[in-house]
Amino acid sequence: MLSAVTPLKVSIAATVVSLLLLLGVFELIRSRRLRERYALLWLATGVVLVVLSAWRGGLNTIAGWFGVRGYPPAVLFAVGLLFVILVLLHYSTVISRLADQSTILAQRVALLEAKLREREHE
Amino acid sequence: MSTEVIGVRSDAATPLATVRRIAIVPAFNEERNVGRVLDELHALDPGLDVVVVSDGSTDRTADVAASRGAHVVVLPFNLGIGGAVQTGFRHAWESGYELAVRLDGDGQHDPAELAALVAPIAAGEADLVVGSRFVAAGGYRSSAARRVGIRILARVVSMIAGQRLTDTTSGFQACNRRAIAVYASDLPHDYPEVEGMVLAIRHRVRVVEVPVTMREREHGRSSIGALASIYYMIKILLALFVDLFRRDVPPLDA
Repeated sequence: MLSAVTPLKVSIAATVVSLLLLLGVFELIRSRRLRERYALLWLATGVVLVVLSAWRGGLNTIAGWFGVRGYPPAVLFAVGLLFVILVLLHYSTVISRLADQSTILAQRVALLEAKLREREHE
Repeated sequence: MSTEVIGVRSDAATPLATVRRIAIVPAFNEERNVGRVLDELHALDPGLDVVVVSDGSTDRTADVAASRGAHVVVLPFNLGIGGAVQTGFRHAWESGYELAVRLDGDGQHDPAELAALVAPIAAGEADLVVGSRFVAAGGYRSSAARRVGIRILARVVSMIAGQRLTDTTSGFQACNRRAIAVYASDLPHDYPEVEGMVLAIRHRVRVVEVPVTMREREHGRSSIGALASIYYMIKILLALFVDLFRRDVPPLDA
């Protein structure tokens, strides 16, 4: 049995949406609301999705590798989901680091205030 | 007796003789290197104030620096080289320094080269002077991959800047008040030399490179590995690309 091919409309829609994602991320960096450091994974997501969406032969071939016979665009969902998980995991580590740092900052500020109060009482 | 400023004789009535000057020394766990750097700076120019920014060091870097009479700023955690250096420039700006030189706490930047670094500013020919390892032949040994990376960045930055620059990753720099203002208000955080240079040029800061040779580190290893270099490379190229589309450069807090 031959593998199914990706419907043209799906390819077009997926390409447009992926391009919008890339454009959105770019605009966020440009307006300094997103640091490059945190944008790289989003950009990688966008690029991979654009390539898989626009390159229909590629998507069909990759779907074939993974035994997805019925509906190749399912691979788009899988890849998209994988990247979302990666981004979330990355942000979890970032949040953990920020939490550690804000603890340290709070301690330093409290210690400084205590020192200042002591000075004022002298 | 003639006065000397960082080894530059100022007989030629340069305005730097009376200028308040400071060395900014970022240091991350450099207890074995930073002392010698500070001694050399003091021997060279006793009138040169020094601020050491200990970037979340876990060793005795701050104690060593304080014992040498440096003004020591201790960051509560590691901000990365950009954040550390900018702390130094903020201090230089707020304290009214007219001239700031920046050199690393690991000793790879030879204070003896400072005279050459400061000369173009003294002559009024530049606002920002960068010590380049590649203006003159020889002088820098590094892995091939890293050299290629530095080359590529130099090409890209030269193109954006419209000026030939050979070493955009050098942290050996001298700044006048104007350049201090730019760096104090806006210095990229992750890998500040490359993007900072582009930023400075966009602020119409006059950048001049002078040849320097860098020394081998005496103790410890550089903080940048091979994989991290590739990651940095991608990030910097992205940052430079996005910079092209930023119309408004943020204003100075001058």
